Amino acid sequence: MQIEASLWNASWATDGGRMQISLSYAPFEARYRGFDVARCSVDKSSDMNQCYASHYWWNEVKKFRVKEMELSFTQGRWRYEQWGGFDPLSSNNAKPPGVELWAVFDVPQSLVDVYWRNLTHTLSGLFCASINFLESSTTYSAPELTFKPSFGNLRYGTLPREAVCTENLTPWLKLLPCRDKAGLSALMDRPSIYRGFYHSQRLRLTSSESGSDEVDSGIGLEQTLTVVLQPSSWRTGKTYSVETNIQPSWSISSIFGRNIPGKCVIAKSSNVYLHLDNGLVGELKNLERENAKYVANTFESEGFQSNHAFKISVTPDKVFEEVDYLHGKSTSVIYGFSVEKYSDSQPFDLGLTWKIPVVWSCQQAPLHASRFLMGSGNERGAIAISLESTESSEGLPTSHIIDGRCELRVDIFQVVPWYIKVYFHTLQVFVDKQPRAMADVVDKIRVSPSKDKVSPGVMEMILKLPCGSKSAAFSLEFDKGFLHIDEYPPDANQGFDIPSALISFPSFNARMNFSEDEFLNNSPILSKFQETSPVLSYTEVLLIPLTTPDFSMPYNVITITCTVFALYFGSLLNVLRRRVDEEERILRSRAGRKAGWISQLLSRLSAKLRGRPQEQPTSSLPYSFISFRLVLKILLVASIAVTWQYYFG
Amino acid sequence: MAETEVSKKRKRPIVRLAVLLLSHSVLVSVICCTAGVFGLLLLPVLAKNTYISENALMPGSASSMLSNQEVSEANKLIKELNNLHSNPLGATTESHGIIAKYMSNLGAQVNNHKFHPQLNQFHPLHFFSGPDSGVMQENSTRSLYGINTVGIIRAPRGDGKEAIVLVTPYNAVKGGVRETLSLGIAYSVFSLLTRVTWLAKDIIWLVADSQYGEYAPVAAWLRDYHTPAFSNLDSLNTETCHVGNNNFESKISYGIRRSGTMAAALVLGVAYGNENEDTLGIYAEASNGQMPNLDLINIVHYLAVHRQGLRVKVEQFHWLLNSKWVKSLGEVFESLGKMVKTLNPDWKLGISAADYVEGAATLASSLYHQALGVPTGPHGAFRDYQVDAITLEFSLRISFDRLDRRNDFLLHGGRLIEGVIRSVNNLLEKFHQSFFLYLLTSPSKFVSVGVYMIAFALLVAPLPVVAASLYAKTLDLNPTSEKDKSATSNELGSVLQSWKWLNSVKTVFVVHFWGATVSLLPYFISQIPDSDPTTNFSVWILLSILSLEILRWILVSPSSHIYGLPQGEWAILKSATISSFFIGLGLMSVINFATAEIGALLMVPMALMAHPLKLDVRGQSLRSILRMICNLVLGVISFPPATFFVFKGVIEGFSGIKAGDFWNWVESLWAWNSATYLYIAARS
Repeated sequence: MQIEASLWNASWATDGGRMQISLSYAPFEARYRGFDVARCSVDKSSDMNQCYASHYWWNEVKKFRVKEMELSFTQGRWRYEQWGGFDPLSSNNAKPPGVELWAVFDVPQSLVDVYWRNLTHTLSGLFCASINFLESSTTYSAPELTFKPSFGNLRYGTLPREAVCTENLTPWLKLLPCRDKAGLSALMDRPSIYRGFYHSQRLRLTSSESGSDEVDSGIGLEQTLTVVLQPSSWRTGKTYSVETNIQPSWSISSIFGRNIPGKCVIAKSSNVYLHLDNGLVGELKNLERENAKYVANTFESEGFQSNHAFKISVTPDKVFEEVDYLHGKSTSVIYGFSVEKYSDSQPFDLGLTWKIPVVWSCQQAPLHASRFLMGSGNERGAIAISLESTESSEGLPTSHIIDGRCELRVDIFQVVPWYIKVYFHTLQVFVDKQPRAMADVVDKIRVSPSKDKVSPGVMEMILKLPCGSKSAAFSLEFDKGFLHIDEYPPDANQGFDIPSALISFPSFNARMNFSEDEFLNNSPILSKFQETSPVLSYTEVLLIPLTTPDFSMPYNVITITCTVFALYFGSLLNVLRRRVDEEERILRSRAGRKAGWISQLLSRLSAKLRGRPQEQPTSSLPYSFISFRLVLKILLVASIAVTWQYYFG
Repeated sequence: MAETEVSKKRKRPIVRLAVLLLSHSVLVSVICCTAGVFGLLLLPVLAKNTYISENALMPGSASSMLSNQEVSEANKLIKELNNLHSNPLGATTESHGIIAKYMSNLGAQVNNHKFHPQLNQFHPLHFFSGPDSGVMQENSTRSLYGINTVGIIRAPRGDGKEAIVLVTPYNAVKGGVRETLSLGIAYSVFSLLTRVTWLAKDIIWLVADSQYGEYAPVAAWLRDYHTPAFSNLDSLNTETCHVGNNNFESKISYGIRRSGTMAAALVLGVAYGNENEDTLGIYAEASNGQMPNLDLINIVHYLAVHRQGLRVKVEQFHWLLNSKWVKSLGEVFESLGKMVKTLNPDWKLGISAADYVEGAATLASSLYHQALGVPTGPHGAFRDYQVDAITLEFSLRISFDRLDRRNDFLLHGGRLIEGVIRSVNNLLEKFHQSFFLYLLTSPSKFVSVGVYMIAFALLVAPLPVVAASLYAKTLDLNPTSEKDKSATSNELGSVLQSWKWLNSVKTVFVVHFWGATVSLLPYFISQIPDSDPTTNFSVWILLSILSLEILRWILVSPSSHIYGLPQGEWAILKSATISSFFIGLGLMSVINFATAEIGALLMVPMALMAHPLKLDVRGQSLRSILRMICNLVLGVISFPPATFFVFKGVIEGFSGIKAGDFWNWVESLWAWNSATYLYIAARS
């Protein structure tokens, strides 16, 4: 057993550079106190590998008293219109760009913030990300109404600008039992993952404090990597004409550039599922009906695996059909493939080849949410959230009739940084393009206004929209604040981000029902699909240009300050050392003397120019300081300068 | 007198310097004015070469990906649109459908945007229109509408916070190859951009329906993009448009689709060129003389010249190119430059005479367009939303009908646009590194604010000096005259004396007020239905004279003792007007430099020369007659429309107050805002 300590001088470790480590005090002496070693006990019989497995450091979860936590790193945006927004896949796995972290703590409310801070720091170090910026109270918020039912011990924070790359993925992969060396995770070839349209790595932790379970100390870790990839044959430039828009065929090896060489040795099970969503299934059924040739109801017996529309290269081990009890619409189909029987010599390479063009659309969330900025200029603006109904909402069950009125419940959760000073009283609501009173539509609202440099503004709304409404829009006005010069990020001129708003539809559940239950128990992902979870969607991140100082100003300011100081001190000195009487005496004596001939000439000239009779020549003019000698001196200096410039310059 | 001398002696050098300046105000003003004009003429010599200031732009560092494939696709679109135009029935509506179809085939999100052209709404504080316009559209706007087609490519891996806008004005009614070629260029770039992986910002392609002018559709779209109307009252985009029988038409929504904050905008146009080379014209002036960041012009210029071999030009005054005096001035500067070079080879001041002429012509047009305050193209609408935008106008050597030539052109144009978009796409922050305040003397040379302000400062420097010296002179003069006239020098009189300037300031204010009224009048006149420009115009003149008379009767007449004291009073009046004029110019130079510069050029000599006509007539000396002639000439010059000459005669004939009053009037008009000045110019 050994203990290692390391000194960190990175920005996350030193409180943003404020508490620098002075190496002049070296050598350092470290004292360790209050050990609570989360050990990994190794029996002689069992494998040492166990200790390297995922839950080793997560024993620290205990230290942080995390009840539930989710961390996601996302690049790209989920396109709800194209990739769907209703099924469990999209509503669980679509995340806002950047980093999103929320955690529920099992501590008294007064301590939540402290634990949150510790957690962010730990995660920041573990995932090589700037999650530690979530430590500052201006970046996180405590939603109570809409996000998840919580009692003040939930904290939520996002970093929309965090760039996600391999250094975040590697620690994530390390948590997997075989890292990316074997099993399914062998697919995670970095270039092919990062070439895709969207990828989101997610880590979810739940600790069940049941206490009765003695194993695993009640902590569950769930890791999800969601990737939207682009088939390599996609639009290679051959054809633009969409008349023959056949869906691109794909296989695992062509998408990832790798195969699955069997399962990871210490994995309990590893499966690949192929999900045909209900839009596609419906479309295929229509095709079946049209084509009399394929009259044999292949669908009932073997799913679509050998229909005329596409061909799957590997025979599925299992076929699951979603059972829709409510209405007899088309339901989705999932093929299950177990990779246990494959090996290096005979890798698993699932492929799908399309034969005829099929166009279908994914199931949409009941309302499509988009958010945008209004207004222009650096002074004020408005945030608008617009909800447009999609086709799918029309056929949805009207199970949420409350008090005889058909209502659609929509929750909106919006965090706004403090420098965007939102005036919540300016909330305007439009339903079907008609302005509505707030009380008609908003069922519950919880607002915590932002405090400058302390906390962000949070708005949570529970809306009750009439069922048939086609569109709804909300607008909130804001003033743009000014930041102190050291609060600007290095790329201040890019503008500032407003994190995504979270729109959820609690009356709709994104869940699938499967008829066969015996297999589902073994498969975590399918049981996850069966869980009831509300339909969620995130809006776009907004970029707000704020007034930015010209950062070359310090130079100008220094120049100006120097000038002002010089002038001030110059005149001050002048006043201090002047003796008034003395000066007067000198002037009088000088007046007594005769003025030089040049000044006389000048005075005469000026008198001519002014068209007035020449004044008394002896009443010596105020500008008699232009003396002959002075002119001579200036001429001398100038000539020296010119010759110097000419010969040596 | 002796006492004052002593007190003067005691004063410190800085005060003595001021006194010196004041006592030589005539000399100072002559020198400063000449230096100012000379400095302005020297600007083309002092222009610096442009350079790309923002390192992130990296123009031309990536090789162009646009190939003949995209060009042939674009040709298909051009052909289809041209065929459409051969049968003009319903060409407008179908062309939108075709463009929308092509866009959505590329995988872009398409929507139509319907707008009612606001034909020259005439508003007192919004003068961005011609003078004779605001009358007839009130009833017809409901039926007139145009349709913009907007396609948006979402950047595949971007977060959609920012967007680059590509605008192609397209007049479906007019049709023709010229109209469709710019669409072709944009389409080729657009089709490439749907496939590239490097895109970090969304691309918005706006096909602006330019049958009601090029500015209006872009402005309307921007307005709806930034300030949408949620309520049903303005049901413009909700009413369905059942014109197209194309079933594709029905799929396209009329709701505006949005992307993020706009980073930059490029407006493409194609013109028939009559030059020997393929050229690219850059238009940058937006409303009120605002310019886009110089870096945007720089990258376009760099890519066009060094990558695509196009000749870039910015607008010039062609009449200046052939003028003799500019040429001779250029030669003088050339020889001066050579002489300077012999003194020190490191001083690179000299430019050739031809370069000077080119620079002067460009500078003049640049000044002129900034001063007018009217945008030189649809890009002006973007500047109102703080988006940097320029218009690029390609012009071709030969006609566009030859296919190989056209392909070549499309390839070059497309590659240029691709390069610019790629550069802007590289940009992490918005444009902020380079200059916003500059004057172009050629596409690759500019004069920055630090240089051209010197000329302006020299030009206006005499104003405060002269005002102060005039005031000081009257103060010196008056006590003596007062002693002569008034038998008893009571306290009240002296108090009145010291507050005399208030009276003249009041006069100045009244005249300014009148000027403001006159400049506001056209708005009300334009409200009169069924009137043609000439009647409008005459009504305007009549009303303005009337209002002047009323104002004079109400406000000026109580202080009619002005006539009694010609010498002192007019000097105070002049100093008050000059100082107000100086303040106005100073403020204006901050808002719109070019207007202030041109205004100063016209007005400063007049302001300094102004002298009461009556006194001159009475004076009978050679000098006063000369001065009178100068005044009259300057008055005419600074007032371009000859019609207004009569006006001036009217003023002077009636009242004979001051010649100064007259220029007061012009000045107040002019200070009102830059568009007012435009208004005068447009009237002529």
